[in-house]
Amino acid sequence: MGEAIVITSGKGGVGKTTTTANLGTVLSLSGKKVCLVDTDIGLRNLDVVMGLEHRIIYDLVDVIEGNCRLKQALIKDKRFDDALFLLPAAQTKDKDAIQPEQMKKVIEDLKEDFDYVLIDCPAGIEQGFKNAVAGADHAIIVTTPEISAVRDADRIIGLLEAEKHIDSPKLIINRIKVHMMRNGDMLDVDEIVSILAIDLMGIIPDGEEVIKASNHGEPVALNPNTLVGLAFRNIGRRILGDSVPLMNLQQKKGFFHKAKKILGF
Amino acid sequence: MPIKENIHIKGTKDGLVFLLNDECTFKEILEELKDKLENSHHGILTGPLMRVTIKTGYRKLTSTQEKNLKDAFKSKGNLLIHAIDNEVELSNEKEKEKDKVQVVNTTIRSGQMHQFEGNILFVGDINPGGHLLATGDVYVLGALRGIVHAGFDGNEDAVIVASIMEPTQLRIANIISYPSEDGNKKENRHQFAYVQDKQIILESIHHFSMIKKGLDIFT
Repeated sequence: MGEAIVITSGKGGVGKTTTTANLGTVLSLSGKKVCLVDTDIGLRNLDVVMGLEHRIIYDLVDVIEGNCRLKQALIKDKRFDDALFLLPAAQTKDKDAIQPEQMKKVIEDLKEDFDYVLIDCPAGIEQGFKNAVAGADHAIIVTTPEISAVRDADRIIGLLEAEKHIDSPKLIINRIKVHMMRNGDMLDVDEIVSILAIDLMGIIPDGEEVIKASNHGEPVALNPNTLVGLAFRNIGRRILGDSVPLMNLQQKKGFFHKAKKILGF
Repeated sequence: MPIKENIHIKGTKDGLVFLLNDECTFKEILEELKDKLENSHHGILTGPLMRVTIKTGYRKLTSTQEKNLKDAFKSKGNLLIHAIDNEVELSNEKEKEKDKVQVVNTTIRSGQMHQFEGNILFVGDINPGGHLLATGDVYVLGALRGIVHAGFDGNEDAVIVASIMEPTQLRIANIISYPSEDGNKKENRHQFAYVQDKQIILESIHHFSMIKKGLDIFT
């Protein structure tokens, strides 16, 4: 029996889908069997980011309406041999096409076969959100160091408290611009954590390679040489239960700087 | 026989109630009481065991007076004093009820609204977008970043105290202030807000005892 994790944020455009795709990538690279579920019916993106759009035949709504079996709708990602699957959302329907109970059933069925079921939640707090959280055991909140994203994350945490089947949510702070945070032009990590008062699961720096990777349909976590890829790998290890220290986002210091520090200047 | 009646006796299902006038001297009461117990109401006062409640109105008896009263009743063996009540203490108890503090511990997050009767000791944070309403005072052990409305049923004497005072808005009775517009972010620790001349004033907690005198909420 696997675990279902919903990735949510309240606000749109903070990186839920990117996070889902990359955590799925990292977990399946670690040898876990993972299924990604896109619940953003009508505005699906996860398939595009994963580069699997062209292989969609059936979708989530087809499964729920009984037009196909669950296994038929799952798309296997060939890059990860039998370890990563995607259940895509429908594009022609809207969020009201399914009910939370139906969603719960689908997630329960998926948990039988997979170690991790990652649920990509749509933005907002309406029907789509309710569907996405219905079957989840855990929640990851994605936010960015902007006041509006943090405010919405706070609202979502409050709503998740009412969902008794989900344990205390974890936080990922995405799109950190290191130089802005250092200058105090951006909310810093401690400030965000002190407002939201939930456990920090990881921080992810801002990087152009994320956009590039998404456009190619290749999750950035496939490339461990990028800082962003490394950040996702660290979070993946924390989900698996390893204790990994938070990434130091400060620029690498030169030899002279280190020498000065040792000498006490 | 006194012309003016200072003592009224009423029968209830719990026994007899003696209503004592609170506008005459205690000596008059005592004399009339003795007279009544000795001379009148033979039928009522010599029957089986009776519980007696004495209501002294707004007069608060001293211990000697209370003893005198009890002695007078002792002459009649069947009358058992159950209670001696006065209005002063009863209303004091009501006042105390009003001054009690209810402890609440949670986090009020954006979009959440909590409403309470009376005074609230809130242990936790009130985040931006969160609302806390109380009819009495609000004491926040934590960060106040959202909106607190103290005395929301119109009590302008209500105060708001917070360990970290960074509110979006403060409201007391029907007065609203926007402290965050002042941008005074440095001195925001251990502050309290109160109403003076229809305006909400923020002060350091050191001055709290001067403003809220005689506050005996913890008794």
